Amino acid sequence: MRIKHFISRKTSLPSYLSSDQEIQTKPAVSTSKASLRAGLFRKRTKRSYENNLAGYIFISPWLIGFLLLTLWPIAQSFYLSFTQYSLLNDPTWIGVNNYSEIFLKDQVFRKSMVVTFTYVLFSVPLKLFFSLMIAILLNKSLKGMNLYRTAIYFPSLIGTSVAVAVLWRNMFSLDGYINHVLGWFGIHGVGWIANPHTSLWTLILLNTWQFGSTMIIFLAGLKQIPQDLYESASVDGAGRFGKFIHITLPMLSPVMFFNLVLEIIGSFQMFTQAFIITEGGPINSTYMYALYLFEKAFKYYQMGYASALAWILLAIIAILTGINFFVSRYWVFYESDGRGSK
Amino acid sequence: MMGSSRLKLSRFSYHLLLIVVSLIMLYPVFWWLGASLKKNSEMRLPTLWPQTPMWENFTKGWSFSAQYTFGHFFTNTLMMEFWSVIGSVLTSAIVAYGFARLNFRFRGIWFSILIMTMMLPGQVTIIPQYILYHTFGLVNSYIPLILPHFFGGAPFFVFLLVQFIRGIPRELDEAAKIDGASVYSIFARIIFPLLKPSLVTVAIFTFIWSWDNFFGQLLYLSSIDKYTVGLALRMFVDQFDIQWGQLLAMSLISILPSALLFFLAQKHLVEGIQTTGLKG
Repeated sequence: MRIKHFISRKTSLPSYLSSDQEIQTKPAVSTSKASLRAGLFRKRTKRSYENNLAGYIFISPWLIGFLLLTLWPIAQSFYLSFTQYSLLNDPTWIGVNNYSEIFLKDQVFRKSMVVTFTYVLFSVPLKLFFSLMIAILLNKSLKGMNLYRTAIYFPSLIGTSVAVAVLWRNMFSLDGYINHVLGWFGIHGVGWIANPHTSLWTLILLNTWQFGSTMIIFLAGLKQIPQDLYESASVDGAGRFGKFIHITLPMLSPVMFFNLVLEIIGSFQMFTQAFIITEGGPINSTYMYALYLFEKAFKYYQMGYASALAWILLAIIAILTGINFFVSRYWVFYESDGRGSK
Repeated sequence: MMGSSRLKLSRFSYHLLLIVVSLIMLYPVFWWLGASLKKNSEMRLPTLWPQTPMWENFTKGWSFSAQYTFGHFFTNTLMMEFWSVIGSVLTSAIVAYGFARLNFRFRGIWFSILIMTMMLPGQVTIIPQYILYHTFGLVNSYIPLILPHFFGGAPFFVFLLVQFIRGIPRELDEAAKIDGASVYSIFARIIFPLLKPSLVTVAIFTFIWSWDNFFGQLLYLSSIDKYTVGLALRMFVDQFDIQWGQLLAMSLISILPSALLFFLAQKHLVEGIQTTGLKG
């Protein structure tokens, strides 16, 4: 419910939720007599049978896909996580063995957890910070603004491609371009990718470079802040910084929250760059969780074990998202309900 | 007068700041353009442009694999893209119409589920999906990469189109209904044509996202004759003695379709994202 609330708020388009409630509360209004309710229900059913049918026909492509490629796989992967399975023979039930092995013995799991959490911890705030700052910079009506916006967005357009991963791999190698530029300043660079202390940072930098799409969402949020708020703040003598703290940030907090949730979820699943640029190395310093899971499942064909890894990932993402939603009460400001910060 | 000149100055410095930011952002791309024409020995020099541009990087890179040229990989990828885009555009519009205009039981619940699947990590479903496709002998075919697009495209697209349809005045539907049109013909004759601008957004993002869906391609395509451009590049990287100039030249070509589409429909896209305020 909160998600929906939050999305309809964000878009400030007719709230989906409200039109929904209308439909659902109708039978509830005619409460007192059960018979009346039943009669009403039957009538409603008859009248809306065609509507129901048409509705389900229209959503059937999604519904079939959801049942076949999402719901059923989720259930099956949960089952598989308690089995040993290699695709060749039938899965054998081994209880919680996969999980206990992962949590108690698996050193690679621990390493990939540390790597992934480090990656998320740094790349998400960096990305949000840059995208917010640049969005504020771009939120001005100047000539040529479209051009700047396109230029800054462009890296995000191509950023997740194999091509850019290849580019990165070349630029940050020992005798790559970056080290030569550093050489001008008298800095002797290392092989950024071959060095276990720096390799993860090349990936974080690559992710930060692609702040374009979060920036566009911030920009959309900024455009929706009513100008009269700023005007009345000026009348009250607020400075530029004061306006930013007391108007821009609170008004933008729903968008910030949205970006934060999606970026965290996305960053946990980073795969292509780690696969192409660093191949998880050196000495597992960039062995991202998604990469580990992929290799367990499709290189070693330990599909039960990999399913357990997948469920742990799901649990982590769910818990973090839950915490996010919970904490959001204290800092995300929704105009209508007056809750949230200042 | 003081004020206006100060304003001009600040506007000038504003432009300067934006130009600097844009250049920093695009610098790797500029370097890339030059590097694609460099010799291996020149690669590490910080010069943007090589002394003698090696145009043969493009021709040699194009046929780096003895068996197939990049033309083959491009054809594969574009074929896959064609069906993905068709599926996405058609079914996302149909599903979105159902959610936006029709009242049916549990609509709210289904819609919530749809929104929630946007946040579901793909790793949870990928193994059983693979097993499913494996059971039907569809691994090493394009079906696992194309089929999902025929199930409403990405949930994000449905959401985007639902928002768009809600902005279309209901009077249009009502008028058609009075004329005796069914919901199906209202969709086909009225709503679908009006959706065109957002469907362009859907088509372009489907194209770019499937192009970059390296994970899926890596998983489902195993024989070289079926390789996509992304997989071909990866094969190139895996070579023992990498010809970086050729590799970067081919990488550059591989982003051309997405980049071209983006620039052709740029205005469209940004507006499309802004109306929903959602991720692009």
